[in-house]
Amino acid sequence: MSNQKFADMVMPQLAESLVSATIAKWLKQPGDKVEQYEPICEVITDKVNAEIPSTVDGIMGEWVAEEGQTVAVGEVICRIAAAGAAGAPAEERPQAEPRTTSAPVQAEASGDQSMRGRYSPAVQSLAAEHGVNLSAVQGTGMGGRITRKDVLAYIENGGAAAETGRAAEAPAKKEVHSPFAGLPHANPAVRPEQYIPVPPASSRQSGLHMTESPRIPAVEIEDQNGRAETMIDVTPIRNAIATNMRQSVSEIPHAWTMIEVDVTNLVLLRNKLKDEFKRREGYNLTYLAFLLKAVVNAIKEYPIMNSVWAVNKIIVKRDINISLAVGTEDSVMTPVIQRADQKNIAGLAREIEELATKTRQGKLKLEDMQGGTFTVNNTGSFGSILSYPIINYPQAAILTFESIVKRPVVINDMIAVRSMANICLSLDHRILDGVICGRFLQRVKENVEGYTLDTKVY
Amino acid sequence: MAEMEYIDAIRLAMKEEMEKDENVFVLGEDVGVKGGVFTTTKGLQDQFGEERVIDTPLAESAIAGVAIGAAMVGMKPIAEMQYSDFMLPATNQIISEAAKIRYRSNNDWSCPVVVRAPIGGGIFGGLYHSQCPESIFFGTPGLKIVAPFTAYDAKGLLKAAINDPDPVLFFENKKCYRMIKGDVPLDDYTVPIGKANVLREGTDITVIGYSMPLHFCLQAAEELEKEEGISAHILDLRSLQPLDRDAIIEAVRKTGKVLIVHEDNKTGGVGAEVSAIISEECLFDLDAPIKRLCGPDVPAMPISPPMEKFFMLSKDKVKQAMHELADY
Repeated sequence: MSNQKFADMVMPQLAESLVSATIAKWLKQPGDKVEQYEPICEVITDKVNAEIPSTVDGIMGEWVAEEGQTVAVGEVICRIAAAGAAGAPAEERPQAEPRTTSAPVQAEASGDQSMRGRYSPAVQSLAAEHGVNLSAVQGTGMGGRITRKDVLAYIENGGAAAETGRAAEAPAKKEVHSPFAGLPHANPAVRPEQYIPVPPASSRQSGLHMTESPRIPAVEIEDQNGRAETMIDVTPIRNAIATNMRQSVSEIPHAWTMIEVDVTNLVLLRNKLKDEFKRREGYNLTYLAFLLKAVVNAIKEYPIMNSVWAVNKIIVKRDINISLAVGTEDSVMTPVIQRADQKNIAGLAREIEELATKTRQGKLKLEDMQGGTFTVNNTGSFGSILSYPIINYPQAAILTFESIVKRPVVINDMIAVRSMANICLSLDHRILDGVICGRFLQRVKENVEGYTLDTKVY
Repeated sequence: MAEMEYIDAIRLAMKEEMEKDENVFVLGEDVGVKGGVFTTTKGLQDQFGEERVIDTPLAESAIAGVAIGAAMVGMKPIAEMQYSDFMLPATNQIISEAAKIRYRSNNDWSCPVVVRAPIGGGIFGGLYHSQCPESIFFGTPGLKIVAPFTAYDAKGLLKAAINDPDPVLFFENKKCYRMIKGDVPLDDYTVPIGKANVLREGTDITVIGYSMPLHFCLQAAEELEKEEGISAHILDLRSLQPLDRDAIIEAVRKTGKVLIVHEDNKTGGVGAEVSAIISEECLFDLDAPIKRLCGPDVPAMPISPPMEKFFMLSKDKVKQAMHELADY
């Protein structure tokens, strides 16, 4: 019951542009022990889930922000009782104070919170009876325990009424909590099923596997004619995608071009290596890894592809950081392979695997999302043979890798059955023109077609 | 109404009942000529003669046996055990005969006997003069057990015991004899057996006890209220058998934090049963683990004064336990 120090945890500035973030989930309950740098909650920002680490060792005090609440940067989200300042001297108590009235006030000063989360039967009964959310009640008992009297005092002070009011709102709010919650993301980017020996009877299969329908919160309403329409809440992710897409399309004059590539040798090469690779490395050797290598090598020869329009100048980026478009059931993310030019095919395959896993688990960090200079989208994974991608603002171009399809091709005036794929490119016509892009794509084509059975992935 | 000592209240009860009903008589060691080693029966032989206030041999089994036999044929004997420590030779008579006769005879016979016995330590009496034998008799169906703490209850419960149609053990605390004083009506009243009594209303903690330690509880409660603002609710069980379940439950529900206090040792004591009742009936009212403050589980009261002090409950011990519970 002494002057315990509480440290305020504020919403950190997760990125330059960030002004607010939404609390997705509290990872620490009031009363839980917290170590410095240990994550205390998950937040949703414009494009990513991030975890907020504690800045001190101590015991989680009260949550100031609720799950689902959007908090401005710099605002307090919770309080943590800093360790070291704890250990309230129990024996020396100030003058007699009637416990009935001062109970809630005392709590703030209490140090040890080890009993904060332990509720006695009496406390639980009272809380259930009056609909009290115990995390909102101050504990004055030993170790910060909420006593029966604390609950009674809370009820008496009208806490319960406010509580029930809030509870009524809660369901509506809850929908927005985490758009990623419970989603087993299938990840098209790492599914190299473009090349499928198509069973004769069935038609083309797409590479996309919906494991479940998207858990997008929807509200059905009836119109006058009795036909139901569905209202879907816009999630923070959806909103961010919309904003970025609109900005890109309205600012960047898009142009588009496409080439076709003979990947027969690549298919043979990959078939030769993939089982051994999987066994040895534990992850898949995908077509995408080979393609990325081909693209990165082409960018090295045409560095202008790796640039940004800056109104009165063009900034050519030194590092080649490939943004990889990864679709999930209800959104698309673009995690970044940093310095992709420094990596061999095996290294790229590993990066793809890791980023895809993180995306699937909703565990992408902000740093995974930053610094991209050129975007590659593996659109073949969902069966596309031709697409018109929107540039990942503010980059200069975006390239798609379409489905690998066996087609009759004329080679030396003879018809052969070859594995063919289209590669599409959307470009910022302020920076790039047809000639340079044509050359760049030719280089990509040469690189891809240059793979032979002798190509090393390491 | 007069202020009197606990021991005077006991004597007054016997006197009134003997005046009222000639079937009431007293027997025991030194109860007659000497008037009892504690002077509990002083003056009774002078008033009622040696046929109604009988000095007996030093044979507790005989005292109990005579009293039980007399009771079965319609007398209302008050058998005094000089110290409850000496009572054990009489346990066979009390438990196997008095407690069971109504049941054994299919309600043909009854045994309206009262066995008075002083309990408790703190008088430098050592092993043979300090025991609390409640737990020996507690839990024997057919016996009633009362253990008053106030002078008022001592008189009222003894009169109720004398008029009860079944055997009643009347455990008076020898330390209370002179220490406890209180207003006692001079008229005829009884305190019902099986009814507990709230000594003090409170909101923070509930203290349940009986007999002399309640004195410490009241003192501690007074100080805690003044010094810490801790408000203690104190329940005097008064009757150990039958226990007043409803009063116990009600007292527990007042605060959800319970301290049970008695001088008899902890293991298998009355507090264990009270605690069990609370567990059975009040799980969802509990705000803290049930706490017991009792005599230690050692074979006997030590004769050495510092050791006796260690053994005995005190205001400070009770206060600390109450404080800890309030803090929980």
